[in-house]
Amino acid sequence: MFYRESGDFKTTYAKDTQTFPIKLDRMGYYTILAIAFVVIPTMLVMNVGGGANYWTNAILLPFLIWAIASIGLNILVGYCGQLSLGSGGFMAVGAYASYKLMTSFPDLSIFIIVLLSGAITAGVGILFGLPSLRIKGFYLAVATLAAQFFLVWMFNKVQWFYNYSASGQISAPTRSVFGFEVTGATASAEAKYLFCLVLLVGVAWVARNLTRGRIGRSWMAIRDMDIAAEIIGVAPLKTKLSAFGISSFFIGIAGALFFAVYLGAAEVGEAFGIQKSFLLLFMVIIGGLGSIFGSIIGAAFMVLMPVLLKNIMVGQLNWATDIAAHFEFVFVGALIIIFLILEPHGLAQLWRLLKEKLRLWPFPH
Amino acid sequence: MNATAESYVTEDGRTIGAPVMEMKNITLKFGGVTAISNISFDIREGEIRAIIGPNGAGKSSMLNVINGFYHPQEGEIWFHGEKRKPMKPYQIAQQGIARTFQNIALFKGMSTLDNIMTGRFTHMKTNMLMQAIWKGPAEREENLNRDIVEHVIDFLEIQAIRKTPVGRLPYGLQKRVELGRALAAQPKLLLLDEPMAGMNVEEKEDMSRFILDVNDEFGTTIALIEHDMGVVMDISDRVVVLDYGKKIGDGTPDEVRNNQDVIDAYLGVAHD
Amino acid sequence: MSANFFYTIEVIANGLMTGVMYSLVALGFVLIFKASGVFNYAQGVMALFAAMTLVGIQSGQVPFAHLINVIFGTHLDKFGWEVPTFIAIILALLVMIGFAFIVERYILKHLVNQDPIILFMATIGLAYFMEGFGDLMWGSEIKKLDVGLPQGGNVWLESATAGWADGFYGFYLDNLDMWATAIAIVLVASLIAFSNYTKTGRALRAVADDNQAALSVGISLRTIWVIVWSLAGFVALVAGIMWGAKSGVQFSLSLIALKALPVLMLGGFTSIPGAIVGGMIIGVGEKLFEFAIGPYIGGATENWFAYVLALLFLVFRPQGLFGEKIIERV
Repeated sequence: MFYRESGDFKTTYAKDTQTFPIKLDRMGYYTILAIAFVVIPTMLVMNVGGGANYWTNAILLPFLIWAIASIGLNILVGYCGQLSLGSGGFMAVGAYASYKLMTSFPDLSIFIIVLLSGAITAGVGILFGLPSLRIKGFYLAVATLAAQFFLVWMFNKVQWFYNYSASGQISAPTRSVFGFEVTGATASAEAKYLFCLVLLVGVAWVARNLTRGRIGRSWMAIRDMDIAAEIIGVAPLKTKLSAFGISSFFIGIAGALFFAVYLGAAEVGEAFGIQKSFLLLFMVIIGGLGSIFGSIIGAAFMVLMPVLLKNIMVGQLNWATDIAAHFEFVFVGALIIIFLILEPHGLAQLWRLLKEKLRLWPFPH
Repeated sequence: MNATAESYVTEDGRTIGAPVMEMKNITLKFGGVTAISNISFDIREGEIRAIIGPNGAGKSSMLNVINGFYHPQEGEIWFHGEKRKPMKPYQIAQQGIARTFQNIALFKGMSTLDNIMTGRFTHMKTNMLMQAIWKGPAEREENLNRDIVEHVIDFLEIQAIRKTPVGRLPYGLQKRVELGRALAAQPKLLLLDEPMAGMNVEEKEDMSRFILDVNDEFGTTIALIEHDMGVVMDISDRVVVLDYGKKIGDGTPDEVRNNQDVIDAYLGVAHD
Repeated sequence: MSANFFYTIEVIANGLMTGVMYSLVALGFVLIFKASGVFNYAQGVMALFAAMTLVGIQSGQVPFAHLINVIFGTHLDKFGWEVPTFIAIILALLVMIGFAFIVERYILKHLVNQDPIILFMATIGLAYFMEGFGDLMWGSEIKKLDVGLPQGGNVWLESATAGWADGFYGFYLDNLDMWATAIAIVLVASLIAFSNYTKTGRALRAVADDNQAALSVGISLRTIWVIVWSLAGFVALVAGIMWGAKSGVQFSLSLIALKALPVLMLGGFTSIPGAIVGGMIIGVGEKLFEFAIGPYIGGATENWFAYVLALLFLVFRPQGLFGEKIIERV
């Protein structure tokens, strides 16, 4: 009754295609932005409840960074229909690119470094996307495993990538944006948080713009029926490569942030192994294939769920941590199957259905 | 009929121009099977050209040759007075040839509006950076093209299903949306592969009306494959008849109707 | 003949035997893919689960002991008996058949007519589920699997061939590998015989060819699915025994499934001979590459060689070695 679209007439095409066509949605969106940009940082600065660092490291940063990566993968899988299991490897490219850039150009702004790392990853992504013209479906998925294993191996074996350090690890030096440190041991929780938040909002905005127009439609055309896409003038290779490029650009940014801002130090096999590729795929499936909003809630879900399970089983029930970890596997696996059976469009679709109901509430007919 | 003949005016007052597309001695083989053997015909500007023939006569293969899915082993294709080099289907689309399919080939995950908007793809030029920023050129271009698409939607009388995912639409409407997607491209040559297959009488009448209107209002050149002889004879200017990959007749509906080879092919002859 | 030549032969022989092991896992994929069009990512985890179940039954472990202990505060561990190997294998096989029923009943039935890619992702979910479930049921520590197969290098062969060239100390081949190869060959032969000469086998092939047509002549698709998943469970059990005996029953066992994927890409998803030949090419290829080039580029090339080889191969021949040519109809 209060959530409705009647009486809200659209008089221009621009208004008809806006991201949040319903007034209440727009208000909700601005409220969330206000909370994200003002309320949460204030709480972090004031250290409300005393756990600012815990909250930032356990939930906020992983959520923001995975959301960026998940938007990236969703563009490739959800919009363009090209299944990739190489995301972990592409994140590693972003991470190692940012490390090399940070150590080679100490004066370069971290913001530029992160974007450049994304661009380098995009190049690598396009390279591994080349076979997609000839290989389709899960043949391609398996081919992307080549990217995953080869890249991880390369970053492990070629010492130049980790500046010949004895441990084989890379660790992020202190770098700042506008005088605020965002990487390194001394960076404050709120600075890291805001830095990642700005990037997430930027990525989401660009992704939304790309998917609403000509390019997004050409991706979806390839996804839904590549033969029909060709007869309307969509060049298959160029279109698929653009999806690989954009997708890897975002995933590369996420990889750079994951290493430089979140972990601080990383070893490639552990930080960017095949499990990360699957984790990201699960975020996209659970959140909703072909939905930017879904990518974000998928990431939130997959970040929060283990924390919650662990708190309940280890914190409340006093179970051993390994049993909790096994339960997490069972739980995630079951969820994936349930979502694919009941709601292939994921949490985003559940949310849409809820709004549909809400539109009629309290008069169901 | 002579390929260089001048234009003429039909009984109902439409002007038919010089040939836009000429197929010269096309032969297409799949392994040992010859799908099309040495066929030549032309399509004139502004006309409705029908390709008919029994099942397996090579009609669909012919359309696939025209829009580049198949590459003939022999023969030449001339489009707008130029010999066409072997091209990919998407390059041919960019030249202004649009088509619909016998089995509907819509983008199932998208709405009616988005499906028809994809038809505008070759006309939209903003680059990826502008698309990413959206405000400015990309949005302007989107809205200009949306305007054209809305005209197509009005023309086909499908306003009510604008935002419905096409997968949920009944068969007849899906066919109409597919026609809309081809029309949105404002093609120079429109290929229709059995636009009325599986339709009831009422839907067929609607579709015939749309085809005639498209041809009449926009002067679009149309080549179509159809099994319903009544419809074909009613709406087309000239008909080419194929049988077992060979051309057995070509001319106006009346000429074709009285052609002995065509009658034999359709009614069957006793071989003894 | 130099020693290097003989060492190369040894590398090839070892590669062939590893390849057969890959083929064993790949075979499970092919069976399921042919009959139901499902690309079963969980095949590797099935092998792990089968091996865990076998060890658990053999050593008389109480299922879910850890879980029951933390919930009820009990101290269960083992029943205190040992089950003979042969009976344990039969019981483990029964568990795998039961598992096939569950998969059909709760997953496949609900995903009929979905895109292959959705089914593939569902099996990734299944793999996660089984991995956690297996750990909860039998514990996640590394287990030793002994089914009475001989272990260690073959001394006879080594001493018989020593001294064939200067600096050559004889062929070192693992007994277990040789046994595994022999068993794999028997398994493949019997699977081919099964599919060619039995009524069920014919039904399987009919379904693989055209499931609508198979339905219309009275073949029950659901029964067929249970049968192929049971067969795949059986193959997984054999693969699990071989790999488990070789390197212990542990998480990394499930990763051999990933190695089977490039094997399939080479051999084609629908061809049993393809899986065998693909496995051998990958096995020999990666061992030779590591032997000849590995030392110059840092080693451990086995991690990626198979995938890159398959990737390059596919670019030139998308249907694989034995797959049918993909014809796209408009």
